[in-house]
Amino acid sequence: MFDRRLITYFDWGLLALTVLLGGMGVAVLYSAVNAGGHVSQEGLLLKQLLWFAIGGGGMLLSFFVSYKKFDQWGLVIYAGCILLLVAVMVFGRYGGGARRWLVLGPVSVQPSELMKIAICIVLARYFARNFMGQGMGVKDLVQPFILVLIPFILIVQQPDLGTALLLFVIGGSLTLFVGVQKKTLLGFIAAGMAAVPVVWLFLKDYQKHRILTFLDPGRDPLGTGYHIIQSKIAIGSGQLFGKGFLGGTQNALDFLPEQHTDFILSVLAEEWGFVGCSLLLLVYLLFLAWSLNVAYRCRDPFGTFLAVGITIMNFWHIFINMGMVMGLLPVVGVPLPMVSYGGSSVVTTLLGVGILLNISMRRFLSD
Amino acid sequence: MAPGMNYLKSTESDGYRRRLMLLFWVAAFFFLVLLARLFYLQIFQGHEYARLSENNCIRLQSILPHRGLIYDRHGRLLVDNRPAYDLLIVPGDVKNMDEVLERLAALTGIAADEFRDRLERNRGPGYRAVLLRQDLDRDAVGLISARRYDLPGVRIDAKPRRQYMYPGLGAHLVGYLGEVSLLELQRPENADLRGGDFVGKTGVERVYDGVLRGERGGRQVEVNARGQVIRILQTVPAKPGASLYLAMDRDLQEETEKLMEGRVGAVVAMDPNNGQVLSMVSSPSFDQNLFARGIRSDEWRALVNNPHRPMENKVIQGLYPPASTYKMISAIAALEEGVVDSETRFFCSGSIRYGDREFRCWRRGGHGSLNLKEALERSCDVYFYHVAQRLSVDRLAWYGRAAGFGRRTGVDLDHEEAGLVPTAAWKRRRTGVPWQGGETLSVIIGQGYNLATCMQAAVMIAALGNGGTLYRPQVVHEIRKAGGGILRPFTPEVTGRLPVEEAHLELVRSALRDVVSSRSGTARRINDPELDIAGKTGTAQVLSRKSDDDETSSRPGFEPHAWFVAFAPYEKPRIAVAVIVEHGEGGSTVAAPIAADVIRFYLEKQMADDKALE
Repeated sequence: MFDRRLITYFDWGLLALTVLLGGMGVAVLYSAVNAGGHVSQEGLLLKQLLWFAIGGGGMLLSFFVSYKKFDQWGLVIYAGCILLLVAVMVFGRYGGGARRWLVLGPVSVQPSELMKIAICIVLARYFARNFMGQGMGVKDLVQPFILVLIPFILIVQQPDLGTALLLFVIGGSLTLFVGVQKKTLLGFIAAGMAAVPVVWLFLKDYQKHRILTFLDPGRDPLGTGYHIIQSKIAIGSGQLFGKGFLGGTQNALDFLPEQHTDFILSVLAEEWGFVGCSLLLLVYLLFLAWSLNVAYRCRDPFGTFLAVGITIMNFWHIFINMGMVMGLLPVVGVPLPMVSYGGSSVVTTLLGVGILLNISMRRFLSD
Repeated sequence: MAPGMNYLKSTESDGYRRRLMLLFWVAAFFFLVLLARLFYLQIFQGHEYARLSENNCIRLQSILPHRGLIYDRHGRLLVDNRPAYDLLIVPGDVKNMDEVLERLAALTGIAADEFRDRLERNRGPGYRAVLLRQDLDRDAVGLISARRYDLPGVRIDAKPRRQYMYPGLGAHLVGYLGEVSLLELQRPENADLRGGDFVGKTGVERVYDGVLRGERGGRQVEVNARGQVIRILQTVPAKPGASLYLAMDRDLQEETEKLMEGRVGAVVAMDPNNGQVLSMVSSPSFDQNLFARGIRSDEWRALVNNPHRPMENKVIQGLYPPASTYKMISAIAALEEGVVDSETRFFCSGSIRYGDREFRCWRRGGHGSLNLKEALERSCDVYFYHVAQRLSVDRLAWYGRAAGFGRRTGVDLDHEEAGLVPTAAWKRRRTGVPWQGGETLSVIIGQGYNLATCMQAAVMIAALGNGGTLYRPQVVHEIRKAGGGILRPFTPEVTGRLPVEEAHLELVRSALRDVVSSRSGTARRINDPELDIAGKTGTAQVLSRKSDDDETSSRPGFEPHAWFVAFAPYEKPRIAVAVIVEHGEGGSTVAAPIAADVIRFYLEKQMADDKALE
């Protein structure tokens, strides 16, 4: 089964970039849970390391299975994730007013994170099998639309509008990459714009309020508006070189319940300054470029689309998370890959890297 | 894999390679935007943000909502809020903690060690305020406010606190507040609450907590290096909670409590025409203000160790055999099932043999020959023993349940008990032993396995009074918005009808009138033509009766519980009352006078009101 050539073609560069990102993430997390000296939450750090180990295990596992199996098993993986989402609705644990986690013994997982990978797989599978190279028309897009719509509806129920919309963003970006007829694209844009006021009429008041706050955090000065102000102070006060490792003061304020998860960038920016942030951006850009290179060298459509899908997912995570922490984008629950604390995010990212490595090293093989 | 699919076939590579390059450049462009934003925040505006950060100067303060008030049915204030001043300290703002604590100790007269204790126990991250003392007295507040520039990091927060205007009045009905528990915090409907907040724990304070609570507000403030507010940036006002208007009449409640003073038991008075609870007393009671300011452990121990269980709401949680008050149901069952009619007579010699057991009447000498109406009026047990031999326990139970026994009345209070109406199937399930005929004889006179609450008895007697309609008892009359508009008006809720023919109901009703007005009635002592009361006595055995000479005698500590249920005036009832006095011995001597006084007080007041209206 195992081919010696796999080792020859192993993508050490991608692995090195991943390890580098993980290392930066752990360092920032160490700072986030220690700075200020009051709170000791080393437990979080250990947990995160454990998650890296679990994610690394998942990554390794995917070496022994050719990514082509994902093509065969695509619908099963997708259906499994849908089942997990349904299970969240039934057995899920509440946290912060939403029901997003499934508790499995000592750990809790967020199936909506895994769903992002499942969407990449199932869409790559569809495009590879049904797409003949010309731009897609309306009919070609019905099936992918439904594939995204089902988990979208389930995740909106939790409620987690941010993650749900992200599925459409990822799916839509991949579709655009594969190719859509110009008139279809224009038609979709027009239809979408026409639908907005109609949908708005059907929403309940609290739903409207939630969406408006999502678009304009300033409407909620006690919640996200406050987070944004504190986050901007933390980032800005880092200035050129930052306050030094463990030197952040905003971080010690305990101003953000999410400082170690979604808002971890503000800790990094405060302590490492503009130089550190630029470095992180550079590493991310290299990471994305390398991923695209995997797609570039892959010679079958499924592998190419899957690699592009995973790259797109990572890209949006990075851009949306950073944009929101800097006050450029609405605050949504999007983690920063490899840096934010959180098991589901780490495992999802590492699984994605595992798939990329898989595609990369099997590029010359056929089975 | 789809058969025939060739992975080696090229992916129109040139087209995709161009797109992959494009994708890279798009990503790079987006990253450039992020870099520009970082440059703007960290380099261009970095100095300003560094200044803000040095003072840690934007803080979030919570504004607590005004909790809704509670009034009686006539709009008299029962529960108010008063301002209380809490002393807090923000450790991160304090340079020399010992010095500040000593100064505070000198100003308040509270030992510095007590502060240190609280600080150690509640310390969180540096800039989270720690509560040093709640409800500081006003002198200390004045002294501290005057010296606030010598006391960096010290803060005084005004917080509304509950004040019960008449301590102990309707304590079980109104309930009290307590600090929110971890379990309560995890409920999704409590997402707005924080640790240390107060929520309703019992009574209407709990059931209507969501209505009373209101919505928390807050403000972003800029503070100086000493932690003192220098500027308010943004404010979201708190939304006050809605107010409750209880169905209870404060004067009647007060009177009822006076009547129950020194006794253990429960009284509930209802409007038989709609189920409104006019007064509701569980005795002994407790002072809710103890809870409002945070109860001390010795006070709490005294309450829970009291053998008379002051914390229990005996109106809806106390379970007692309904005793002879149940004979109304037995009579209806007998009539409806055709076992007896109004003419059927049985002879009471003081006891009856059934199987190998002797079943006694409470009156040892016997009642002689009586019909059903006389049997009710004199509460003859032997008459009903005869009925029991002609009626199965399951048929009897059906009427019991139809009259509201064995299920919750649905009153808008927590932790109501359902009571028990035994059936043959229930006994087999519970004990594995089949039903014995003799047990029906106990059950038909409301003893044996029967268990009822005072509230169930009140709902039943109210239905007899109003012609057969069972209402859901309601303690809240209406809910008003903080602005004054009605948020929820009162609407009576019918939960059932007594399954009884008009003529049969009339027979039972007139027997109840005779209980009070006839010379041989068991409650003749409270006869008052002005009030025209109809009622029924009951004497619930605590253990099986050993020396039952008559309805009242027994050993100390095992005295039976005394029941009385009544409605008045007979023709057009305006009030229904149920009274249970634990170990009160005779229903006629102890419970009936209490009920009569409640009725008198209420009707006289009503008549006065009616006159005033004319």
